[in-house]
Amino acid sequence: MENTNEMVIEFDSRSCNEGFARVAVAAFCTQLNPTLEEVEDLKTAVSEAITNCIIHAYDEGVHKIRMECKIVDHDLYVTVIDYGKGIRDIAKAMQPLFTTKPEMERSGMGFAFMEAFMDDLSVISNPGAGTQVHMMKHIGSETESPFE
Amino acid sequence: MRIQESYRKGFIQMNDLNELFRVKGNILTIRVPEELDHHSAEKIREGSEEILDSLKIREVVFDFRDTQFMDSSGIGMLMARYRGMKQMGGSIKAVHVKKRVAKILQLSGIYKVIPIELIRNWDDL
Repeated sequence: MENTNEMVIEFDSRSCNEGFARVAVAAFCTQLNPTLEEVEDLKTAVSEAITNCIIHAYDEGVHKIRMECKIVDHDLYVTVIDYGKGIRDIAKAMQPLFTTKPEMERSGMGFAFMEAFMDDLSVISNPGAGTQVHMMKHIGSETESPFE
Repeated sequence: MRIQESYRKGFIQMNDLNELFRVKGNILTIRVPEELDHHSAEKIREGSEEILDSLKIREVVFDFRDTQFMDSSGIGMLMARYRGMKQMGGSIKAVHVKKRVAKILQLSGIYKVIPIELIRNWDDL
């Protein structure tokens, strides 16, 4: 358990917090000495997960989004948790181009981008019981251990 | 209405509507902000719909020179403008696109329907 570091933030489901959330994760992962491309990939994936909470989980009113980050050696784990309406059919929701909100100009590419830019992605959800998006990315493998 | 008044004077200044939009002739140029996410995509959607409803626009040019970040919300916004313009016999294009934005446009497949001009800078030479 020595080579770990954790961070948790909770914020309102307002669209102005999307930028805040991805910058917070980017700043947290700098201790792993990531490449510019790794940071950009991470920011895009986090942005997708947070946007999903705001648009789909909480389509009415402002509620809380919780983001948990953990570094284990050179792996960065990001979990985005909402307490919103949940997903009935996760496999369908994750299909590229599938969206329940085409009228809001949603592309249906959110989960596809998370998959493309992270090394691991899993989604846990039940209707009415919120959603957890777990993501992992391996970062800065060429560099020394961040904890020395 | 404000847009039509400005239009009669010549063209819409950048500082109308948050300095995002400029109309010259029948071309609307949108200066995309540094970060194109759900938050800023909404602003572009609202502003461009207002302009497209009140003026005769044949081409929408998205100028990405300032843009460092983009996610799928930007793709949704671009696709909606593409469909809208196509329906009216017009077109859209993306210009001054940097490497990161190009990656997102490529991954989404949108480059197949929307012309993209990459920015030239010293790093590419």
